[in-house]
Amino acid sequence: MAVDTSRPLDPAAGAKGARGRIRNAGTPPRSRIRNALARHWYAWAMVAPVVIVIGLIIGYPLGRGLYLSLTDANEANVERTIGVNHIPATYKNVGLDNFKAILDDQVFWDRLGWTVTWTVCCVALTFSIGLGLAVLLNRRFAGRTLYRSLLILPWAVPAFVSVFAWRLLYNEKNGILNKVLEGGGIDAVPWLNDPTMAKASVIAVNIWLGVPFMLVALLGGLQSIPGELYEAAEMDGASPWQRFRHITLPGLRSVSSTVILLSTIWTFNMFPVIFLLTRGGPGDATEILVTYAYRLSFVNSPRDFAGASAWGVLILLILMLFAVVYRRSLRKQGEVW
Amino acid sequence: MRDQRRGPLASVGLHTTLVIASAVAVFPPLWLVVTSFKPKSEAFSTDVVKNPTLGNYRHVLGDTEFLTWFGNSLFIVVITTILGVFIAATTGYAVSRFRFPGMRPLMWLLLITQMFPVAILIVPLYNIMSTLGWLNQPISLIVTYLTVAVPFCAWMMKGFFDTIPVEIDESGRVDGLNPFGTFWRLVVPLAKPGLAVTAFYTFITAWAEVAYASAFMTGEDNLTLAAGLQTFVNQYTSDWGSMTAAAVMIAIPAALVFSWAQRHLVAGLTAGATKS
Repeated sequence: MAVDTSRPLDPAAGAKGARGRIRNAGTPPRSRIRNALARHWYAWAMVAPVVIVIGLIIGYPLGRGLYLSLTDANEANVERTIGVNHIPATYKNVGLDNFKAILDDQVFWDRLGWTVTWTVCCVALTFSIGLGLAVLLNRRFAGRTLYRSLLILPWAVPAFVSVFAWRLLYNEKNGILNKVLEGGGIDAVPWLNDPTMAKASVIAVNIWLGVPFMLVALLGGLQSIPGELYEAAEMDGASPWQRFRHITLPGLRSVSSTVILLSTIWTFNMFPVIFLLTRGGPGDATEILVTYAYRLSFVNSPRDFAGASAWGVLILLILMLFAVVYRRSLRKQGEVW
Repeated sequence: MRDQRRGPLASVGLHTTLVIASAVAVFPPLWLVVTSFKPKSEAFSTDVVKNPTLGNYRHVLGDTEFLTWFGNSLFIVVITTILGVFIAATTGYAVSRFRFPGMRPLMWLLLITQMFPVAILIVPLYNIMSTLGWLNQPISLIVTYLTVAVPFCAWMMKGFFDTIPVEIDESGRVDGLNPFGTFWRLVVPLAKPGLAVTAFYTFITAWAEVAYASAFMTGEDNLTLAAGLQTFVNQYTSDWGSMTAAAVMIAIPAALVFSWAQRHLVAGLTAGATKS
């Protein structure tokens, strides 16, 4: 009976399944449920752990976060226990006041502007560099494996360790970057202490961190493009640029769309780079939405739980909007996922 | 992959680009290693190493809580990786092979969880952990990291299982194995590259996570490496010698896992993340 469940995942089989269910429509609901259980319990058992984990650890906190964003909860009025005394929560519902306050405040729009700049710069440059290197590495030549290992090395180092390494390089008085510049007769650059330079510096570090993933994913994509396509194009006299434009890019489309979507989401939410490199400074020049929300709830005093949750809700809405728009534009181009 | 002839100029260009790129990729961690062998007073000298010393390492290992943090991190990461790989693999297999009610929403759910900013979950999670009495307990981080790593890994494993021919499952069924048996005995062994990538990703995620670790764990004894390292270089102190030595020792396990998984990375990601 359960054999039925293991139907391979191809569209034809799926369609058959759908038709089968319609045929069953006349049976009473309870036996339909029993039928479904009998057919699908293997599949459900296999996904159950994820559903439970996501449900408990993401679903519940998400609901609670949404709720907190509608209150005035902060460190002073949430439920807490001091010694043996249990103090009940005293925060109250304030409706959409938090959102109104945030959207009325220039701080949010400034942070949003910088977060978007940061995301676009990082993703665009990471993708271009990753693609360029992947194309180079996709040829046959001596030393290819060595180059590949060296180029994906940043991936092997935990991000926060790399960030500290960069702080060492960026150090204004004594860092090696400025020492080298000094040797060339150029004044020291305040890498992390000048708002504009700090922005460029954090972007550079994030690109450095992100290229290996792009490189590996795109290299994989390149290797799945059949070589005959290039041979045929070459016979027809296509220039290298034309081959890149008309074979490589379309061949990489499904890989690219996935990595661009993921890396946009990851960069938008990239916490450690900015938190560890500049703490959002100087001033709050490099603070993106996520680090700012974290600052509200864990750095500032008193901790503003409601405000941070409201920022979180806004970040989530922005990302979901982006994902929906992005997916729709892919669909128009004929991508299916 | 084509075998094509290049002019010498193109060849020089190719190698120059790759050498520069490799240097940029390798230099920061390399400089960290170099600095860690310098005496404290010379942390910022540009000489490669004048008088190499193990003083920083001795100091970090002997006089700080580094080993405790290391143990905390290792424990959390190993459990997270084992559970994470297992859960991601079964989920990936189910969505790859079975058509079942709830599959589409599940796929969406896995994608959407990628979008959750730390900011929205961290306060409620902090409150939950504190209610459960899990603050400063490894379990709080294990559970949290699973939710961070598993959705992406399941997504990646699905793509990977999609590349394993369905005939293999069918032959297993003919031999009388149930779906669990087929999965465990036939498919899992074939999916090793995918599992290696998943394990690597989970490991790196958990080993390098900063926000939750800084928020949930307090007190010298309970910190993980990510939080502990910050104590060497913060607003008040900047002990670059200890920081670099600690950083190198933190990077070593990650590098080991990486070199183990590296062979599989390209194959695994090709099949996985890219096809999803």
